[in-house]
Amino acid sequence: PCHLQDPASVMCYLAGVAWFMGLAFEPFTLRTYMSENAMGSTMVEERFPAGERALATGREFAAHKKKVGGMPVDWLVKTMQSRGLEVFTQSFTRKLPFPDENKERYMVRGTNVYGILRAPRAPRTEALVLSAPCSEGNNNNQAVGLLLGLAQYFRSQIHWAKDIIFLVNEHDLIGMQAWLEGYHHTNTTGGDWSPLQGRGGSIQAALSLELSSDVITSLDLVLEGLNGQLPNLDLANLFYAFCQKIGVLCTIQGKLQRNDWDTTSGYSHAAQTMMLMVLKQASGRPWGDHGLFLRYHIEAASIRGINSFRQYKTDTTTIGRLLEGMYRKLNNLLERLHQSYFFYLMPSLSRFVSIGYYMPAFGLLAVILLLRALDLWVQLGASPPGTEDGVPSSPGVLSILTPVVISHMTGVALYTLPILSQEMAVQHFPVSETEAVVLTAIAIYTAGLALPHNTHRLLQGEGTEEGWRVLKLVALLYLAVLLGCTALINFSLGFILALSLVPIAAFITPHTPKALSAAIMVLLSPGCTLLYCVFVFQELQETPVSLQDGWMLFLSVISQGILDHALYGSLVYPLLALLIYPCWLLLWNILFWK
Amino acid sequence: MAAPLTLLLIVAVTIRAVLFRSSLAELIPERVEVVSPLNAWKRVVEGLALLDLGVSPYAGDVFHETPLIIYFFHFVIDYAEIVFMMADALTAVALYLAVKDYNKTVFRKQKYALEAERYPLDCLELIRTPKEMYYIPLKVAMFYLLNPFTILSCVAKSTCGLNNAVIALFILCTVKGSSLMSAIFLALATYQSIYPLTLFAPALLYLLQRLYIPVNWQRSSFWLFTTQYTFMYLGSLCVMVCLSFFLLSSWDFLSSVYGFILSVPDLTPNIGLFWYFFAEMFEHFRLFFICVFQINVFFYTIPLSIKLKEHPIFLIFMQIAIISIFKSYPTVGDIALYMAFLPAWNHLYRFLRNIFLVSVVLLACSALFPVLWHLWIYAGSANSNFYYAITLLFNVAQILLVSDYFYAYLRREHHLTHGLYLKRKDGSEATLVLK
Repeated sequence: PCHLQDPASVMCYLAGVAWFMGLAFEPFTLRTYMSENAMGSTMVEERFPAGERALATGREFAAHKKKVGGMPVDWLVKTMQSRGLEVFTQSFTRKLPFPDENKERYMVRGTNVYGILRAPRAPRTEALVLSAPCSEGNNNNQAVGLLLGLAQYFRSQIHWAKDIIFLVNEHDLIGMQAWLEGYHHTNTTGGDWSPLQGRGGSIQAALSLELSSDVITSLDLVLEGLNGQLPNLDLANLFYAFCQKIGVLCTIQGKLQRNDWDTTSGYSHAAQTMMLMVLKQASGRPWGDHGLFLRYHIEAASIRGINSFRQYKTDTTTIGRLLEGMYRKLNNLLERLHQSYFFYLMPSLSRFVSIGYYMPAFGLLAVILLLRALDLWVQLGASPPGTEDGVPSSPGVLSILTPVVISHMTGVALYTLPILSQEMAVQHFPVSETEAVVLTAIAIYTAGLALPHNTHRLLQGEGTEEGWRVLKLVALLYLAVLLGCTALINFSLGFILALSLVPIAAFITPHTPKALSAAIMVLLSPGCTLLYCVFVFQELQETPVSLQDGWMLFLSVISQGILDHALYGSLVYPLLALLIYPCWLLLWNILFWK
Repeated sequence: MAAPLTLLLIVAVTIRAVLFRSSLAELIPERVEVVSPLNAWKRVVEGLALLDLGVSPYAGDVFHETPLIIYFFHFVIDYAEIVFMMADALTAVALYLAVKDYNKTVFRKQKYALEAERYPLDCLELIRTPKEMYYIPLKVAMFYLLNPFTILSCVAKSTCGLNNAVIALFILCTVKGSSLMSAIFLALATYQSIYPLTLFAPALLYLLQRLYIPVNWQRSSFWLFTTQYTFMYLGSLCVMVCLSFFLLSSWDFLSSVYGFILSVPDLTPNIGLFWYFFAEMFEHFRLFFICVFQINVFFYTIPLSIKLKEHPIFLIFMQIAIISIFKSYPTVGDIALYMAFLPAWNHLYRFLRNIFLVSVVLLACSALFPVLWHLWIYAGSANSNFYYAITLLFNVAQILLVSDYFYAYLRREHHLTHGLYLKRKDGSEATLVLK
């Protein structure tokens, strides 16, 4: 069956890609529907009247923000208190491992202000959160205004069965992280914050509101959270249902829904939406302030108001009514949202692909690795009589172990050195700290390519035909298990890595033409995959960038990845550095086996 | 051979010492795969604290170790890490010596058989050579000491490591032919966790074999020795139980330890088959199914003893494997013990049918346990069914592994008597079917 291996692998690969692309085709997707009974048929009437007043509050907030030059804590406390909330503040400081050039921050010092509306109708064991960020410049003032307006309005209503926490967080995710860790008494990333003085019940759901203009044309729903975690699909369904009811244009990934699925452009629109979701999920970073809630088993999403040049405008009163409706429904929940899906992709807001449909795409890619491994196993068993006991004789073990250990040491270096060595790099080269970190990472990554020559010297002509087969078997199984586990936690990341790594893992041998294979391997290495992802992402967002800008963006993506890991505990950077990259190096070793 | 073993021990102890000092030392003892309610270190500490306060350690529902263990740790609590590392080293050395001695016996038997020309001519390639057997004891020690499962178990300070040491010493004493020590260690192992009771049969068979007493119901020498061994076993068991009673002056430990093992009240997820099943079941079926599940562990002793009565050491391996698969609170430490024996059956390799599949599944499952645990407990996006599915797969793979070795062993024995290339009566090539 050896000669059938190659066509079978190619077929599996193509089938996997085709399956994935087919997921965006509307007849293959499912229509979203509300699974949670408590949120389904209950009647809710939305009566929020005070949009104009909320905007006025927002302007007042903006004025105070400008005056203080940051979060107007005193004003917020006073205003929240006057609206009848129990108000508390939390201060936090955080020193970043290196300066964040995108957001221009290094030593972060800030305050979160939150007010709790105690539930009048039930024991206060559960809570909902509505948050709005207090951002730099002129952003999100309207969101804070609307939040305060809603607080005042909710206070006068009697049907709340859950505490509602109104949170204004400073320094977006850093503030959110401080608040959440304070709320749950955890400290996972070593930040420094004051403990929370007041708490509500266990948080069931949270929405984060971002609104920067008085009128908006559409609302965008952001779902992707830390490490690619998604909230329960019912939260998206709830948002969609209310947008339909109230008549607000709603988008996901900034893309409107289209009805012409049977045309090419309709399909490509859906495919683009889905690919954007895949890329965002694969990045493992929180794409809105809601992203950190998911870690605590709290269903959360960000709602972002967008003002573009459409005719159709929505005013703040309507958004207030939408939020009121959503909170009324969430208030009806009897248990945590769990009825609907947690693993899904959305080609549009009303369509979704569940795990059962998208996993085969990954499975088809993973099966190539297993087929190859099986083939190698058969070859190893058939060819030499020397390996009768299954374990090659002890020098063989050593010659396999050496590349494995060295690859992983390189991975550890890639993981630890960039941050450790930034000071030294800054002293010796004319670069900023951020650049130093990124460039060190790239330098170590590239230096890893010199590895085969080093291991070769260590081994001194021990490499045998059988040796590379065993090494490849190890690498294939390692990669298969690694990608499988990754795909379970974060399908998108697993799939993208499989797309680039499976072909080289399947076809690499020491006997392929060296220069060509080396070029292909470098082009398909995890670092280059990241570079392509940056370009594809920009292309899909309809903001294509030049090569130069793309490269700069690539550098900033690396620094953001390292920061996300240090600040919020995102796992993508350690996964790539400690596991995926060494695995790729093993394959690289096989190519230069001698 | 002492030098490589010493080197191995040094490496193994270094790895453990480093891990004890790393941040993983706090993470690993929380893993349900590594510790069970029976052997968690946290519970030992709790029991000791209760003992120091003058309360019975079995008051409450936390402590399930035997009284001897608690008094043992009462004295060495400050050196716990060293104790666990020494237990692992002791297990490895005991297994090393036992397998070395066993291999000598096997080789001697093979030589006699060859001299008597009892093997068919085409079976010469099945004959084991001293060269091939030379490294086996070292490999066994290595499989135990460097197995990630053992290391995890040791770093978690799971008392499973101590039980393994007792069983390893029992095997060593049995192989050396010391029936008194063998009985004492078997009693100690039984006292620790009941299930090693099933090792009574293979030990008896081995000792009988060593003394050239045939298993024959009519022979008085057979009955004499059996009674003698049973008496030594029951006597030492009795002494241990009574000693426990005098140490604590109460019988509380019987229900807290053995009742806890047999009636499975704690359904914390683990890598075994009990928790999910009994969590899902209606309460009034519980007693019946507990009986079924527990009898299942002991049941295999009889057929296996009959089938393998000529090969007691292989029978010990089978029994340990069955115990670690089907016991009520299994941990990875139990699996490590029987996996250490796999190099001893290296010569069966050519008859194994799905070793590749099984090792891939075991590997994948070991990686998936923490992932699915994360998805279930922390992310909340998966549920217990996902985790149990992996548990089930893991156990199916283990069962396949063990039955594969069983089949291979029987097949090799069959070939040694009937020739390697079997012909059917009509002359075509025959295949063996395990029935």
